[in-house]
Amino acid sequence: MLSAIASSGRRRVPGSYLRALATAALGLRQASTLLYVEHNGAGGIAPATLSAAAAAAQHLPGPLEALVAGSGDAVARAAQSVATVPGVTKVWTASDPCLERPLAETHAKLLADVASKLRPSHVLAASTAQGRNVLPRAAALLGTQPVTDVVKILDDNTFVRPIYAGNAFATVQFRAPPAIRVVTVRPTAFPAAEGSAAAAAPAEALAPELVQGAAGVRAAVWEGADVKASARPELGSAKVVVCGGRALKSKENFAMLEELADLLGGAVGASRAAVDAGYVANDLQVGQTGKVVAPDLYIGVGISGAIQHLAGMKDSRTIVAINTDAEAPLMALADYGLVADLFSAVPELLEEVRKAKGKA
Amino acid sequence: MKVLVGIKRVIDYAVPVRVKADKSGVEALLPKLSMNPFCEIALEEAVRLKEKGIASEVVAVSLGPTHFQDTLRTALAMGADRALLVAPPAPPPPAPGSAAAASPPSDPAAAASSPDALPSPLGVARVLAAVAGREGAGLVLLGKQAIDGDCNQTGQMLAGLLGWPQATFASKLEGAKGGSSVRVTREVDGGLEVLSLSLPAVVTADLRLNTPRFVTLPAMMKAKKKPIEALTLAQLGLDPSRDMEPQLATLRVDEPPSRAAGRKVGSVADLVRALREEARVL
Repeated sequence: MLSAIASSGRRRVPGSYLRALATAALGLRQASTLLYVEHNGAGGIAPATLSAAAAAAQHLPGPLEALVAGSGDAVARAAQSVATVPGVTKVWTASDPCLERPLAETHAKLLADVASKLRPSHVLAASTAQGRNVLPRAAALLGTQPVTDVVKILDDNTFVRPIYAGNAFATVQFRAPPAIRVVTVRPTAFPAAEGSAAAAAPAEALAPELVQGAAGVRAAVWEGADVKASARPELGSAKVVVCGGRALKSKENFAMLEELADLLGGAVGASRAAVDAGYVANDLQVGQTGKVVAPDLYIGVGISGAIQHLAGMKDSRTIVAINTDAEAPLMALADYGLVADLFSAVPELLEEVRKAKGKA
Repeated sequence: MKVLVGIKRVIDYAVPVRVKADKSGVEALLPKLSMNPFCEIALEEAVRLKEKGIASEVVAVSLGPTHFQDTLRTALAMGADRALLVAPPAPPPPAPGSAAAASPPSDPAAAASSPDALPSPLGVARVLAAVAGREGAGLVLLGKQAIDGDCNQTGQMLAGLLGWPQATFASKLEGAKGGSSVRVTREVDGGLEVLSLSLPAVVTADLRLNTPRFVTLPAMMKAKKKPIEALTLAQLGLDPSRDMEPQLATLRVDEPPSRAAGRKVGSVADLVRALREEARVL
């Protein structure tokens, strides 16, 4: 059973056929990527995983195989969705009650065991809360140093990642390529694969002994969650992000930003100061230690622009700053800076955008 | 329960850094090094656990050269009972073809700011795993990431190596005196999640776990009497060439791409016009 897994799922794409022959002749493993899939349990694939899939399809050699872990119907539904993602050549599924929640202990064990059997050249995931929780643990089980939050893949062994809150970019390379390279990619750096593949990739259940290995680990017990459902687009992948800072002065005043975001079809974010003051929930924090966003349009309202906040938004295509302080660091970064009191400027902006939308 | 806290010394979070001319690393514009902010939060939480009677002893551990003692002294002043300083292996030679290879830094301060001068998260995790075993730690608290490398890996790797449960990005930690588990609220995408971990376990601290206390002068004086034990990798049963060998080489460090200069707009109407006609984002 295990040997069947190790030898199957090696469909070659024509362009890499010669390369495959060459590596086979040299007795090396063939390049392939195992993608760790993040899903919502209802068949929805995390947008960040679609970005990771696109990164692998475009920048890493060999076939792209996806691993969907979960419990019950959720696995089949997610597998069906991921099978049509462009570039995906094979979907491995693992279904067990111990995998229902994406606990690091069980998911990392499964991922490491599957990687040990399939011997991909890369294990890849998106650098989300879940990816960052699971992948380093899996890497430790494999005895390899992971590369996290990659923004550029130069070749299958060389990656670029931000350090010092995005104030520098380090190009890192494995000294001696390890058997398996564990990598997480920053979703905003790789546009999500659009459309769907002409044919769905085949799906296959993993051998039961692999799945049972995960059930045997000493794991945390999931007790509950407080996850807010929002009609707005997800912060990390929104095309427009309206961010508010401490200057909003209250939770109630954030309603104007929500109205503006809704009008623009965008998401609401916040600075650490606004989160700490209790104006919004902490999962809306944009910055080095919160979400990294790179929308087409970022509007920073009452945000001075500490290094840690800039780290989370400076790759936005167009940046607008609205602040009473003309010397604020965010003003220096902004494509368009409006020195004004936000309490008059935002209502006026709502009015103008409504007018502009009406004309369009 | 003994709590072990990992401490890293980094360029102070408020000090701007710039990429060095030879692209071998970054340099701080002011020579100010401090405890990594997330390590401070982890340590504060450990001290609070002791104040509540849940932790019996708080041990701070760092991996680094002798002058890292300053940072451990701060940890002792914040309330750690004792500290361990593990001497790191000699830094590896720069990778062939890297910018640093062309001009090897001669002074130790410059070498320390090279990204490869300090052990990788995997190496640190191996050291912490050995220390946790030696100390019989019931809980290891770490920061969720160091603000220099921004890796966000060490805690997860440590838990993996030990086979212990983990709770990363913790914003709340509850335990009971003599209890065999802790309850941790985690910051995840979209909200919060609550996990129960049987001990021993690894927890990494997020920003909102607590507000670290200020170090007072009397506490600093008292900390001078607390012990800092120096340890070698060999004493921990680690082989520098096998366990600490950096798998990654930093070929170069570059400036972030610069943005075209922006401009100030006079009114909201101007702003909307610019967004429609120039940026075409409305």
